[in-house]
Amino acid sequence: MIDDIVAKLKESKLLGRSGSGFPTGLKWEMVRNEKAAKKYIVCNAASGEPKVMKDEYLLENHPEEIIEGIKIALKTIDNSAAYIYLRKDFYVKFKDSLTKLTNGLNITLIKKPGGYLAGEETCVCEAIEGKHPEPRIKPPFPTQAGLWGCPTLINNVETFYWVSQIAKGQYRNTRFYTIAGKAKKSGVFELPADWPIEKVLKETGNWPEFDFFVQVGGGASGEILLPEDLQKSAGGPGAVIIYENKKSQCSKLMKEWGQFFLEQNCDKCTPCREGIFRINEMLKGGKIDKKTLNDIVNNLKEASFCGLGKIAGIPFSGLANKVCKSLLTEKK
Amino acid sequence: MNGIDIPSLCYHSDLKTKASCRLCLVSIKGQKGLQTACSTFVTPEMDILTESPEINQTRKTNLELIFAHYKKSLGSWDLNPELLRLAKKYQIDAQRFSDRKKHFPKYQFGPAISFDTSKCIDCRNCVEVCHQQAVDFFEVKEKENFFQVTPSQDKKVDCIYCGQCVVHCPVAALSAKADFDQVEKALKQKGNKVIFQFAPSIRTSIGEEFNLPYGEVVTEKIVGAIKALGAYKVFDTSVGADFTSTEEAKELIEKIEANQGACLSSCCSAWVKYVEFFYPEFVHCLATTRSPQAILGGLIKTYFAKKDKVNPKKIVVVSIMPCTAKKYEINRKELQINGMKPVDYVLTTREFAYLLRKRSIDLRCVKPMKADDPLGLPTGGGVIYGASGGVAESALRSAYLMMTKNNLPKIEFTEVRGMRGVKKTVINMGGRQIKMAVINGIGNAKAILEEMKKDPKAYDAVEVMACPGGCVGGGGQPVPTDGEIRSKRAAGLYEIDAKKEERIAHLNPVVKEVYRDYLTDEKIIKKICHTVYQAKKRENNFKNL
Repeated sequence: MIDDIVAKLKESKLLGRSGSGFPTGLKWEMVRNEKAAKKYIVCNAASGEPKVMKDEYLLENHPEEIIEGIKIALKTIDNSAAYIYLRKDFYVKFKDSLTKLTNGLNITLIKKPGGYLAGEETCVCEAIEGKHPEPRIKPPFPTQAGLWGCPTLINNVETFYWVSQIAKGQYRNTRFYTIAGKAKKSGVFELPADWPIEKVLKETGNWPEFDFFVQVGGGASGEILLPEDLQKSAGGPGAVIIYENKKSQCSKLMKEWGQFFLEQNCDKCTPCREGIFRINEMLKGGKIDKKTLNDIVNNLKEASFCGLGKIAGIPFSGLANKVCKSLLTEKK
Repeated sequence: MNGIDIPSLCYHSDLKTKASCRLCLVSIKGQKGLQTACSTFVTPEMDILTESPEINQTRKTNLELIFAHYKKSLGSWDLNPELLRLAKKYQIDAQRFSDRKKHFPKYQFGPAISFDTSKCIDCRNCVEVCHQQAVDFFEVKEKENFFQVTPSQDKKVDCIYCGQCVVHCPVAALSAKADFDQVEKALKQKGNKVIFQFAPSIRTSIGEEFNLPYGEVVTEKIVGAIKALGAYKVFDTSVGADFTSTEEAKELIEKIEANQGACLSSCCSAWVKYVEFFYPEFVHCLATTRSPQAILGGLIKTYFAKKDKVNPKKIVVVSIMPCTAKKYEINRKELQINGMKPVDYVLTTREFAYLLRKRSIDLRCVKPMKADDPLGLPTGGGVIYGASGGVAESALRSAYLMMTKNNLPKIEFTEVRGMRGVKKTVINMGGRQIKMAVINGIGNAKAILEEMKKDPKAYDAVEVMACPGGCVGGGGQPVPTDGEIRSKRAAGLYEIDAKKEERIAHLNPVVKEVYRDYLTDEKIIKKICHTVYQAKKRENNFKNL
C-alpha cells in the first residue's frame, strides 16, 4: 500500500494546504528522488496567517491522522527524521497529546514563535536551525537543500492529515475552511475544495443578511472580495472572514494589517521593509495617496524577496479600491 | 559589464549574494515576474530584458524608498556616489518619502570609524564582512519593529578597526572617522611644519578616486598633490617600511637562533588589536618592531628635525593610509617619543581624495614631483608592503642576507605573494627550514592561532594583514574594492619593485645613513623602532544601544 503513496498523492491531485497550493505528490517525489545520506520532514504547525483556525482544529481533533501522515512520509523518504514545527501556544496546548503519539518515533517537537514568516518554507528551515528567520535564495529549494542543507519535505498540518486519508482511500477532494469574522456560525468546516465561496457561506448558514465583504485566504494577506465576486473557490489557507461593509471598518482594518506586517516581516528586502512602513505612515496620517499606494503594492508584488512579501500589499489595494475609495486621495 | 548597466547596492563579490536591495531586477523570457540578476545563474538559452517600463518602475520605487534616508548624506564628505547616480538615472522623486531614520543613533568605534545608523540601507554587508573577519562586532537586533544593524554589546567582542565594514558599505553609513578638518587647520596655522607621509599601497589606489585605471602607479602625482596642499615636506612611508624590515629581520633571526618560537608580524594595527583583545596569550609573539608610519614619524620628529634644524614641537606629521586602524595606532601612548606622537593625524585614501577635490586639485593634472630627501626614496621591498606577503618578502630578503651573508639565490619570494587567504611555505635559510604562514583576511588567522595553541612550533614566522589582499584592500581605500581591484593594485606595487635598483630594505642608502648617524646604539633603536603590546579589554562602550 505504502509503496505507491506518491502515485496516490499525484492521482488525488492534493495541493499543499498551507496556501501555496503546490502539488503534494510532486513535492514528495522530488524529496524521495534526491540522493542524500540524510533527509528531513517538517510538519508546519506554526499557522502564520491570523484568523486561520483549521490547523489548531486538526491538532485538537485529529492528531492521530496527522502523525500517521508524518509516519507515511518517514517510510516513504529514506534516511529521514521528522520535526513538528509548532508555534508557542500550540506547543503548550498540544505537547502532551502529540508526545504520546510520537513516542518511539523519529519525530521531534519544536517550539518556535509562529507568525507570518512561518508561512515561508525557507524561514522555517532557518528557524529550526536556530537562526533569525529570513527567507533564503531559491533555488535550491528545500526539496533539494532545506534543513542543514539536506533535502527536506515541508508540508502543512492539514496536508499531512490528508496524506493519511489518501493512504486509506478516504480523500474526496474536500478541505477545511475557517469561517470567521461577523459570522453566525464561525468555525472550521470540511467541505469540497472546489465549492464557490458563496456556496460555502450559504451551506454553512453564514451568508450575511447585511451588506458585507469578505477576506479570503488568510486574515492578513487574504484577498478582499465583494458578494458578487464569490463565485470562485477559496484560495490560500482557506479562511473566509466576513466584515460588515461600513466605512469606519476600512481604516481600522488596514491599520491592523499594517501593524501585523510591520511587526511580522523580516525586514530583509527593500519593498517589504520600507513599503509596509510607508503604508502604515499613510494610514497614521489618515490619507492614502492613490499613486503611492499603487506603486508600493505593485513594488511589493513585483520586487519582494519572498512570496509573503509579494502578497502583503493585496488586501490594502483591494479594500481601498473595492470598499472604501473615499480613503484614497489624489495629488493634482 | 558589457556596457549593460544593471543597478545594485547590496551585491558585493566578496560576500554571499543576499538579493535584498531589489534593484537588479530583470525579466527573463518564459519566467513569471521579475528576477534578481545577482541571484540568478545565467544559462546560454536565456532571453533577458534588463530595462523595460515595468522594470524601471520597480527600480525607481525601490530607489525612492531607500533614498528617503540617504538624502541627508548628500552634503557629507564621504559619499559612495552610486546611489546618487542611480537616483539621477531613474529620475526619482527624492522628496517622495520623509526620512524615517533621522532619529537613529550615530556611533564611533575608537578614533577610527563612524557609524551613522540613520544612513544605513539595511543591506547587512557590514554584518557579514565583520563575521568573515572573525570579529562579529555587528548584530541584527529588533528595535521599533525593525531588525536593525547595531554594534554588539558583548563584552567578549570588540572592533579591531580594520574598516572592512567601511569598504563594503554601499552608502557610506560606515565611514572613516574624519580628521581632515584638523589637518586643514594644521596646514593653515603659521609656524607649523606639516610633513606628510604616504603609505605604500596608496600609490596604486588613489588614482581610482580620479577615474584613473585600477592599479595605476601615481607616486609622483601624490607627492605633487600633497605639495599643492601646502605641505612642508613629503616623505614616503615605504622608507619607514625599509626600517621596519631591517628591524623585523633582526628580530626574526634572533628568535630563530634562540629557538624562541613564532614571530608574528606587527605592521597591521588591526591585527595587533585582534591579538591583544582576542588572543592575548600570543601578545609576546608579536614582533616589537614598530609599523612603518610609526618609525618614519618618529624619525621625522627626531632625526630629521635635528638635521633640518626645526623644532620638533612645530612639526605636524600627517600619514595618508589605506587604513582606518592606523587612526587607532597613532593614539597608542607607548609609541610616544619625548612626549610627542610620532604621527599626529591619519587620513585615509578616501579622506585625502576628498581633501584634494575640496581644494580643486585634480590628481590627473598635478605636476609629478619626487618625494623629499632624506626620507623619500624607498627600496622595492618597502613598496610591496602594501600587498599581502610584502612584509614577509621584504623581511625575508633582508634576513636571508643577514643570516647567510650570501647573495640571495633569487630576490623574489613568489610563494608568499598573491591573494590566497592562507599561504604556507618553508624557506631554506642557510640550512635552516623556516616555516612560514602568510595570511590576509583576518578571519583566516583564527585557524592558524588555534593551531599554534596546540603546537607552538608550528610556524617560525607568521605575517597577518587584517584586510583581504593586505593594505591594497584596506578599510580606507576607494570604493569599490573587490578581488579583481585588489589584485590590480597589488600588481602595480610589484611592478614598482621589479623596476627598483635597490630592492633590499636594509641596503637602502638612507637606512644605512640613519643607522650610521642616528640609530647608533640599542637604546635609541629601541626608542625609535620598537614598542610594547598588552592584553586589552573592550574599548567601545555605547550608552544608547
